Amino acid sequence: MSKNEKTAAEVMIDIIHQQGVDYIFGLPGGAAIPMFDALVSSPIELVLTRHEQGAAHMADGYARASGKPGVVLVTSGPGATNTITGLLTAHMDSIPIVVICGQQTTGNLGLDTFQEADILGITFPLVKHSYLVKNPEDLPRITKEAFYIASTGRPGPVIIDLPKDVSSSIIAAETDISFEIPGYKVDRPMDNENIAKAAAMISRSSAPILMVGHGAMISGAEKEVAEIVKKMNIPVVNTLLGKGVFPETHPLNLGMPGMHGTAYANKALISSDLIISVGARWDDRIAGKPDNFCPDALKIHIDIDPAEINKSIQVDCAIVGDAKKVLDTMYSLLKKGDTENWVKQISRWKRDYPLKYRKEGKLKAQHVIEEMSKMAGGDAIFTTDVGQHQMWAAQFCKTEKPNSWISSGGAGTMGYGFPAAIGAQLAKPDRTVIAVVGDGGFQMTLSELSTAFNLKLPIKILLINNNYLGMVRQWQSMFYDNRLSGVDLVGNPDFVRLASAYGCKGFRLKRSADVKKVLSAALEYNDGPCIIDAEVSQQDDVFPMVPAGATLDHMLLEPPKVKLDKPEGST
Amino acid sequence: MKNVQHTISLLVCNRPGALIRISLVFTRRAFNIDSLVVSESKDPRYSRMNIVATGDSKTLSLMLNQLNKLIDVVHAKDYSNSDVIQKELALVKVNCNNGNRTEILQIASAFKCRNVDISDTTMTFQITGKSSKIDAVHKMFQAYEILEIVRTGKILMARGDEETA
Ligand SMILES: Cc1ncc(C[n+]2csc(CCOP(=O)(O)OP(=O)(O)O)c2C)c(N)n1
Repeated sequence: MSKNEKTAAEVMIDIIHQQGVDYIFGLPGGAAIPMFDALVSSPIELVLTRHEQGAAHMADGYARASGKPGVVLVTSGPGATNTITGLLTAHMDSIPIVVICGQQTTGNLGLDTFQEADILGITFPLVKHSYLVKNPEDLPRITKEAFYIASTGRPGPVIIDLPKDVSSSIIAAETDISFEIPGYKVDRPMDNENIAKAAAMISRSSAPILMVGHGAMISGAEKEVAEIVKKMNIPVVNTLLGKGVFPETHPLNLGMPGMHGTAYANKALISSDLIISVGARWDDRIAGKPDNFCPDALKIHIDIDPAEINKSIQVDCAIVGDAKKVLDTMYSLLKKGDTENWVKQISRWKRDYPLKYRKEGKLKAQHVIEEMSKMAGGDAIFTTDVGQHQMWAAQFCKTEKPNSWISSGGAGTMGYGFPAAIGAQLAKPDRTVIAVVGDGGFQMTLSELSTAFNLKLPIKILLINNNYLGMVRQWQSMFYDNRLSGVDLVGNPDFVRLASAYGCKGFRLKRSADVKKVLSAALEYNDGPCIIDAEVSQQDDVFPMVPAGATLDHMLLEPPKVKLDKPEGST
Repeated sequence: MKNVQHTISLLVCNRPGALIRISLVFTRRAFNIDSLVVSESKDPRYSRMNIVATGDSKTLSLMLNQLNKLIDVVHAKDYSNSDVIQKELALVKVNCNNGNRTEILQIASAFKCRNVDISDTTMTFQITGKSSKIDAVHKMFQAYEILEIVRTGKILMARGDEETA
């Protein structure tokens, strides 16, 4: 091999490094060895995970916390298929991850050879784009394209299927390569006409509401949102993934609307005369029954993805474009209207329908979470798993900054929260990272305790332990006559002892009176990961709740006294 | 919602996987593809694809957005209500005997079908034209016994110096 030549794998790793990547998450196998070999002499640090699903979620958490693409490297066959849940999770939430899978040699493709899986075929519906590399000379270009596609426009996962003979081929060590993607439309001209139309609608409105979503976060529109709120005196709701675009501690912030949203956010949406979605896709957790969603309000939708326009909700004005740029252009066209009464009305709702729970008696999940949010402060990053604890965290963690709330929204992936926290902590080593998880979901990926322990990451795992698959139990109790089926987590381990088996610190939290004491001990422990096993009340349900498929005015504020019909919506 | 037939033209990158990505947009919503034609365009880096599919117009317009979103799709456009050149070719094999051969040939000539194969019990015709014409011939021949029919699927092109999307 001459000096100007390297293996294709080495050239690929060089290019990945040039993209600003400092970590690769993965687990090796025969077909991926050339890539792992190239990592030996690269400045990129390999994070060896205990399961490929963990690697995908770590890369995802890393991407959400840093805004940079996360990279996953796994082997063929089962290694590749283990990333699929991570791909779905990233795809649903528009997260830039690049997944590189080893593959059988090109001559063996399609022959059912050892550890061959048609990973492209399996993943078509879960990725923004994908590549099978057959020619080693194409690998440098494909690598660059993959990063570009993953992280621009509406971001998303890209998968590169890399046969072993291709990665071990010798090619020119050239990384300065240009590419052209004719079918990829990212730069669109500014839609000035609709921006002006929207500005006029907003200026005219006396009861407007801004709904900020993940698109606003991805585009970095926090400053533009804040300026418009200030100029126009408009209240803000944020979707689950929009938490942090506009500080949830601000008086005009109403938190999250929808199925488990705050009563005042839902009341505000129903009563508004104009809803302005900034990068929020009117997802069914908010829209419920799309045809009857806030029929009296006009709707504006700003989205970078034209395929989201009129997908579930028919809007009155659509602007396709980057949220930050669109809002920036719109600002000077806005004329302050009279929203005084509207804002007063909203303050009354906030006062009259607060989120509430009882601090006395049995330890409450809400109490632990709210206290953790207060004690950790506005600079902390919260990741969550999926279930009741996630919704309580969405309600009670007041997120103040962008990229500080990391949760699986679209996919609702149990097992996401803890590995995502590992990625987030690596991306932001100086910030406190707290993973709020349930006892069900945590057990899906807890093997990554080894990964976190090895890296000495001071992640606080706040385990909301109700000994149930709580969210499903809630549904069965509310809509299925409390016929509990498959939700009792009998045989849960002792999580404090489990922590110590992994070399981690464990804290037990049983009594309401101990919340502050235990949480502050955990926040002070920074030698590695710790688990706070919070044994909370088992039968609590998340409220408010809008039954799936119902309109927001069917919101229940507390446990219903009468038997409910089964909801129309799916989950 | 009313189901109508739509004709879509796409310009796509000539890459493996492009076809499956496109067809998945249809399968995901359980849309049946009535016909699909793929061929190299004047630039070998791209292919032309013509798809005919039946479904409601609202869903189809959403699907068009999703097609355009695919990285391999340069553009996709619905030509259902446009005045474009639309053609299709079909081969039909009809069962015949001495008694009805002349009658069948008369129908064939009325529709300007070309007789491309003949045996003592069969006649095979090539029909070109609008899909509706082929439908009409198909119907006429059904009075006899159609042994086989195969259609290329609709292809289209914009008129004059307008370039097809
Ligand atoms: C991988 C996966 N499997 C199943 C579900 C369905 N599901 C949603 S919430 C939930 C219960 C979660 O239980 P736990 O992790 O203990 O959290 P809790 O609801 O009790 O807070 C289940 C099973 C899911 N979202 N993800």
